[in-house]
Amino acid sequence: MELVRGCLDRIESRLELNAFITVMADSAVSAAEAAERELAAGQYRGPLHGIPISVKDLVDVAGTPTTSGSAVAPRLPAEDAPIVVRLRDAGAIIIGKTNLHEFAFGTTSEESAFGPVHHPKDPSRSPGGSSGGAAVALVEGMCFGSVGTDTGGSVRIPSAICGTVGLKPTYAELPCDGIVPLSTTLDHVGPMARSVADVAVMFEAMSAQSHPLRVVGPERKYTFGVPEPYFCDRLHPDVRAALERTRQALVAAGHEVRRVAIEHASRTADVYLHIVLPEASWYHAPMLSSDPDRYSPGVRLRLEMGRYVLAEDYVRAMHLREILRAAVNAALQSCDVLLLPTQPIPAPELGATTVDVDGSREPVRATMLRLTQLFNITGHPAISLPAGTTGDGWPVGIQLVGQSGTTNQLLHVAAIVERYSTGGDGSVGGGTG
Amino acid sequence: MTIEDWLRAACEDAERRGLPELKPLLESLARATAALREADRLIDRGHSES
Repeated sequence: MELVRGCLDRIESRLELNAFITVMADSAVSAAEAAERELAAGQYRGPLHGIPISVKDLVDVAGTPTTSGSAVAPRLPAEDAPIVVRLRDAGAIIIGKTNLHEFAFGTTSEESAFGPVHHPKDPSRSPGGSSGGAAVALVEGMCFGSVGTDTGGSVRIPSAICGTVGLKPTYAELPCDGIVPLSTTLDHVGPMARSVADVAVMFEAMSAQSHPLRVVGPERKYTFGVPEPYFCDRLHPDVRAALERTRQALVAAGHEVRRVAIEHASRTADVYLHIVLPEASWYHAPMLSSDPDRYSPGVRLRLEMGRYVLAEDYVRAMHLREILRAAVNAALQSCDVLLLPTQPIPAPELGATTVDVDGSREPVRATMLRLTQLFNITGHPAISLPAGTTGDGWPVGIQLVGQSGTTNQLLHVAAIVERYSTGGDGSVGGGTG
Repeated sequence: MTIEDWLRAACEDAERRGLPELKPLLESLARATAALREADRLIDRGHSES
């Protein structure tokens, strides 16, 4: 009960951040009372029992509207999404639905019918997106874990920008039923929290694993591959420095870090665009026809753009997708995991369309997607974790990518890297329960 | 359909639908589509690039 009341107080104390769309105070208090009764009776469900978590408002929670951050008519689900069912079964308490970039179709969380989400460190900056409210809620102690979705980086981007941990599992490893789709062959759902250990606890519940995940265990020596061409071409100097610090710390600890290349990586953005646009337009076509003015102008235009992609170009992109998947698999032949930055830049200004990246002006959206979207195309599991800050205190994230189907192992490696990338126990925003 | 023919038809359709602000996005998409087709052509022919 104390945890729930503490989270509700913190939500109330920083409403101006717009982290939440729906706060479920009454049901959360009732669930906390029920959890206390169960625990008193010795009915322990596991480490999530009685822990307040938030859910991105793209995911169905029975009895609450799924707004998707839009003025378009919401879904009114009678049932929880399967992911939410699993979390509740593990004893988690849903404290509310977090704000997001409308329909998850953006990287800054500023186009939302409920107002932009603000970065806790400076309200003029973006927390990243599209799961921006989730990351802000974690940083501010409004919850202990959060459910995000990731179609081009929407779990990992705000995690990096806000200094939290976010996991995109292997494609289709977690069910996306009961979640408003953006792009059905790119969509993933994943956990966000303040440490790798907490993300692992969430993932265990979300995947309904029967064996507890052990992210802390004997540390064997791993080989990390840094994909330098394309991924390290244009980085904020402090992001480059954070990657180098992590590399040096891993080498000093006896791990091997080598350069690798992912062939054809420079084609990533073109392939992504020709998949995400038509797939998003497919879902939204009826609402674009009936209620076009209810969309934010920018989101509407991106959805409209998808209606013009030719079928032959979509098929070309799907063909190239297989080539990119093989290229990532080939890179992972020479190392255990890939190690790269999550974001080329720290938190951008809200409203900015371009950003300075190491001396050149680049489009914000393309820049923020550049290092994450490949792994949505290929389906490989990827996790972002904190790697210190820039000189002026903005969080920086690094990303680890594993072989498909090895998300548990990726979490184990991430728990090791977390010791070196943050220089401590990985708890950026304080300890977690 | 060539990129040029596609872009012309798409911009005309956007104009007809009252969405002239879509034109710069379509022009950007046309550049991406040209790059995609080029990649498809090169990679299918076994060219190595990184």
